[in-house]
Amino acid sequence: MIHSDKKHYVVFGTLALLIVLLVVANLFLGSVNIPAQEVLRILSGEEAEKASWTFIVWESRFPQCITALLCGAALSASGLMLQTVFSNPLADSSILGISSGASLGVALVMLAGGGTIATGVFTLSGFFSVILGAFLGAVAVLALVLFLSSLIKSNVMLLIAGIMIGYITSSLISLLNFFATAEGVHSYMVWGMGNFGGVSLEQLPAFSLLTVVGLLVAVMLIKPLNALLLGPRYAENLGVNIRRVRNFLLLATGLLTAVTTSFCGPISFIGLAVPHLARLMLGTSNHNSLMPVTLLAGGALALLCNLICVLPGESGVIPLNAVTPILGAPVIIYVIINQRRIQYFN
Amino acid sequence: MSQSEIVVEGRNLTIGYQVGKKRTEVHSGLNFQLFRGELTCLLGANGAGKSTLLRTLAAAQPSLSGDLKLLGRALSAYSERELSRTIGVVLTDRTQAGGLTVYELVALGRQPYTGFFGRLNKADKELVEYALQAVEIAHKARCYMAELSDGERQKVMIAKALVQECPLILLDEPTAFLDVVSRIEIMNLLHRLAIEEKRAILLSTHDIEQALVLSDRLWLLSSTEGLECGVTEDLILRNRMDTLFANHAQIKFDLMHGGFSPEVSGEKSIVLKAEDEVLRHWAQNALNRHHYFCLDALSSVRKLPLLDVQAPNRLLYTDENGQTTCYFTFESLLHNI
Repeated sequence: MIHSDKKHYVVFGTLALLIVLLVVANLFLGSVNIPAQEVLRILSGEEAEKASWTFIVWESRFPQCITALLCGAALSASGLMLQTVFSNPLADSSILGISSGASLGVALVMLAGGGTIATGVFTLSGFFSVILGAFLGAVAVLALVLFLSSLIKSNVMLLIAGIMIGYITSSLISLLNFFATAEGVHSYMVWGMGNFGGVSLEQLPAFSLLTVVGLLVAVMLIKPLNALLLGPRYAENLGVNIRRVRNFLLLATGLLTAVTTSFCGPISFIGLAVPHLARLMLGTSNHNSLMPVTLLAGGALALLCNLICVLPGESGVIPLNAVTPILGAPVIIYVIINQRRIQYFN
Repeated sequence: MSQSEIVVEGRNLTIGYQVGKKRTEVHSGLNFQLFRGELTCLLGANGAGKSTLLRTLAAAQPSLSGDLKLLGRALSAYSERELSRTIGVVLTDRTQAGGLTVYELVALGRQPYTGFFGRLNKADKELVEYALQAVEIAHKARCYMAELSDGERQKVMIAKALVQECPLILLDEPTAFLDVVSRIEIMNLLHRLAIEEKRAILLSTHDIEQALVLSDRLWLLSSTEGLECGVTEDLILRNRMDTLFANHAQIKFDLMHGGFSPEVSGEKSIVLKAEDEVLRHWAQNALNRHHYFCLDALSSVRKLPLLDVQAPNRLLYTDENGQTTCYFTFESLLHNI
């Protein structure tokens, strides 16, 4: 496998370089215009011309970079795991209704709190209750979808069932909105547009820790995920304990979806598109290389989306969920059109 | 042939499903042995319980009662890891492995032996290369699974089972979707592997023709008669093949040609004369299809029409009145009589 190994190193190298460039770009560019040499001075620990600039770089742009990087990786990793486990290249946490489950959990906590627990200004207890709500919502929907997958044999039908669950949770959220205070509804609306700026510097360690735990579980599942490419019965014959793997998957996907959704809102298309980009770049479904490349590519794509969001400069920030479909949907359409030529579909 | 090692042994086994307190027995009182170095074919009509039996042997579902031993030890006493090293399966399941290379897929068969991330060591790699050679697919090692024909994919799955280093390999209808050439190839391959690799190979199949040619033993499973095991020829000559489709009286096993065919419903009789075996067989085939019951030349007592097949293009037909016509093709013969 010398030939393909070489290709893998090229992909790894390119993505690593891209991430470095995007991190730099995200630090230097933003809705507030700060001269490049000032950013350099701030990053090297010196005093900037204006104190607010130091604050913006360290308290806003820096955590936003880390958040985008981790969120992108988290969403993409859960997308990849779901696609493999459900043997369905069009599965991801937003399509299967898992992120709307997380949203419902968040909505319950946020709206029940009457808008006092707005994103970005979480109190510590509020912060954990939102994550817990999101986690319970995500895991509940995921468990439901896993149960349905034992009843519904057709992949397309399962996706549709997932979309239906998404609708149900959305209407429950609308009902909650109806009874909530205007303040609560507003903060929920803002959250729903998606934003990598939802994690403050103080929250960053907790956010990073939870995400990294979820990503580690995903990396630990590489071997059984490869066996699952052959379907559950073959995997079982290769010594995979299907129930245990499903439980770990429930934990990892639930945690990753919950953490990203509660901080940054329900972000669509990254989880769906990135595993496809990774497969197309590598030309393999082997998770040994696919999983790490998916993580890197997810981080890079999220950083790119974040950069596009701040492009208008002083005039404001584009909502994240207006950007991700524009980048993600064409990938899916390309993949669907070319599915006969793409090996991993057959 | 010396007595070979018993790999699987079932005594008074009951198979079926148990959901809560509801118990559905598919078969009971099954007795069987499976031997190392032999290819055994499991034959049976749809719904006879072939898949249930295979799943029970693969430990994918427990038996309801009786003894089931794998290499002398109760199957239920095996751990998951031990099972994955003892039983290799080849299924008809759809996979999403199109994006794996042939090499990568066969390497998955090493999972029961590899470490946490499934990295292959030198011995693993040598074994994969060897298995690729053994199933004659080494030239496609770097191809994607998606680029392979159905027959080639089945070979790769067999190689995967080989690198699992299991004494027992179970295959669920491995030739189901294959054309005749691939079917014969796969059956030949399995027969060779059973001997050369000293495995016990059991496969379920509907391809009776190939099974009778290459199978060392047959397991005949029918919902009425249960399971009957034996060396192929013993079972055939004891007229046991007819038990397979016992509830279909009009389907009969053709002892001469080793296949099942609809029973002849002879409304009319004809005396058939042909020196050549082949000519005789196909002339009879044509006449049977047209509801003629064929008699030997000697047995003619009454006045019956007679067909003398001298050559494929020389068919002499004599009717009840003794009038003889010569036909040059079966088409014109069948059209006129």
